[in-house]
Amino acid sequence: MSHPRRPGNRKNVKKGFQFTLMVVGASGLGRTTFINTLCDAEVVPKRECDEPEMAHIEEGIKIKPYTVELDEDGVKISLTVVDTPGFGDMIDNEYCFQEILGYLEQQYDDILSEESRIKRNRRFRDNRVHALLYFIAPTGHSLREIDIELMKRLSPRINIIPVIGKSDSLTPGELADFKKRVMEDIAHHKIPIYNFPYDPEEDDDETVEENSELRSLLPFALIGCEEEVTVNGRKVRGRQYPWGVVEVDNPQHCDFVKLRYALLSSHFQDLKEITHDYLYENYRTEKLSRSTDSASDNDSGEEDEHSRLKEEQFKKEEGKLKEIEDRVQRELKEKQQELWTKEQQLMSLEANQVQVQ
Amino acid sequence: MSVDAESTQPILQSYVGFDSITSQIEKKLLKRGFQFNVMVVGQSGLGKSTLINTIFASHLIDSKGRTQPDEPTRQTVEIHSFTETVIERGVKLRLNIVDTPGYGDQVNNENCWEPIIKYIKDQHSSFLRKELTAMRDRFIQDTRIHCCLFFISPTGHSLKPIDIVVLKKLTEVVNVVPVIAKSDSLTIEERIAFKHRIKEEMAFHNIKLYPYESDEDDEQDAALNESIQDLIPFAVVGSEKTIVVDGKTVRGRQNRWGVINVENENHCEFIHLRNFLTRTHLQDLIETTSLIHYESFRSKQLLALKENGQQQQQQHH
Repeated sequence: MSHPRRPGNRKNVKKGFQFTLMVVGASGLGRTTFINTLCDAEVVPKRECDEPEMAHIEEGIKIKPYTVELDEDGVKISLTVVDTPGFGDMIDNEYCFQEILGYLEQQYDDILSEESRIKRNRRFRDNRVHALLYFIAPTGHSLREIDIELMKRLSPRINIIPVIGKSDSLTPGELADFKKRVMEDIAHHKIPIYNFPYDPEEDDDETVEENSELRSLLPFALIGCEEEVTVNGRKVRGRQYPWGVVEVDNPQHCDFVKLRYALLSSHFQDLKEITHDYLYENYRTEKLSRSTDSASDNDSGEEDEHSRLKEEQFKKEEGKLKEIEDRVQRELKEKQQELWTKEQQLMSLEANQVQVQ
Repeated sequence: MSVDAESTQPILQSYVGFDSITSQIEKKLLKRGFQFNVMVVGQSGLGKSTLINTIFASHLIDSKGRTQPDEPTRQTVEIHSFTETVIERGVKLRLNIVDTPGYGDQVNNENCWEPIIKYIKDQHSSFLRKELTAMRDRFIQDTRIHCCLFFISPTGHSLKPIDIVVLKKLTEVVNVVPVIAKSDSLTIEERIAFKHRIKEEMAFHNIKLYPYESDEDDEQDAALNESIQDLIPFAVVGSEKTIVVDGKTVRGRQNRWGVINVENENHCEFIHLRNFLTRTHLQDLIETTSLIHYESFRSKQLLALKENGQQQQQQHH
């Protein structure tokens, strides 16, 4: 299942653009390392060595956005990566989903209220998240309950791209089987992930080929690495094991390069458009229908959020107008006062002159 | 001839032959066979079943992992017990493997350890009941868990809150041996740092792991135990598949960047774990279960029974 896609869309954006990516997964799956590998810099600081006394403390999930400026072949990208440390680490993880969902919907709410303003802020920053990378543990079996729950609950609000963290713990055979099972599981549970949609009728051959190749790689097998090692005389980003070196940028070893290209070059536009034209629109419709429904039902005590928002806006605008009115009145009065004073002065001057003559 | 208590032992003037008692015992025991009960605890997908099969060099248990899309996710922890007899050079080992699928796999894992602790205690309880029966069996079948392998996920960070809670509870009732599962996803540096952190955390929470110190240990035992304690948790890799390395057939994993040899000490600590469980501490694991864990359970139960009896007597008056 996939979201509908606008046909024939391959804009070549040479000027800079903005893209927001959220990364979700249990700790220890290489989430933070992936972010740093993607940006080729230590965007997210390495986890401080916690004291042993901290290990049993359940801190709960945190939402941490980081913005970094990248340059992809001359194209400037303002990339915001939202990290979610603490996801899945507690004994009871029910709360995690709501936190993330709340954050995503908050960004939509901000846009919604901004759109409803009479006078809009031209410098308003759009913080909507365009894609979510969900890290699956390399179990070799199939999806876990938390994986299914998360993807089900969040897919109505965001493009989800499932990935396999620390995929170097799987042999090529195990990886192929695992990918197949995960995708079967996703299909079985009818979870709408972002699967590089294309239309064989409408799109050109190149697009069809590119998208079906990316689709066949799902879920992307990832390895993260910030250090360089030397292999056969050349320096590569990789992990050194006693039995060999895993190279991050080698497409034979993992799907990192392909995913990076999709996110930062070929498919960011599609992801943004789906977010705006479909996901946000759905949210907007749902939210507004809820308010009109409750209004027509004459629910007592049920807060009509949207019209309350509108009312607030109106009140604000009214207040501003009143302020302007008052100011104008005051200035008028002041001017009148000035004039009157000047008049008085003139009159007394005249009177003096008459006396002098 | 009378011997002073403090003087040296009497010197035997001719060969008596009681030294053959060891082989007499051995003969009896060989006929009876040995029983070893091992439990595996850990999230699904950590290679528990594969590791058991690797340790005992045969396909004993199947993975209980979820593989079919229409298979529902487990909502509780289940206890699956499987018995198989393996023979090596005439020595019969009745192996009972207790798997705990569902542990740590739900969104809410609150109290997921309870069925496991209950199962362990139930085995002690059932043994005690059989012991206390007036007409009891000559040899009570021993279903008490002798060793619990606890699988730690190779995150490279630290123990999870749930690990700490469960380790605390488990170590009170059973011999616990922690292992770092699928350790081939950690580089050597990461592994060393990870182990160090885990040890610090276990020390902080006073988690008592097997092997325990004992006054009966001589120098050799103490030295061996120290080296084991140094290694714990064992960083393991399991495999039932074989590959050819340098002309030799070994159990291992083949990747695009190299071959992991399970039996190579430079790759992982599987050999140490295997030897520890089967070649050096097998008998001790069985014995300490009886002498320490069972005894502790037994005395608590009997004291409770006694108190209960006294209370009832008082009520009658």
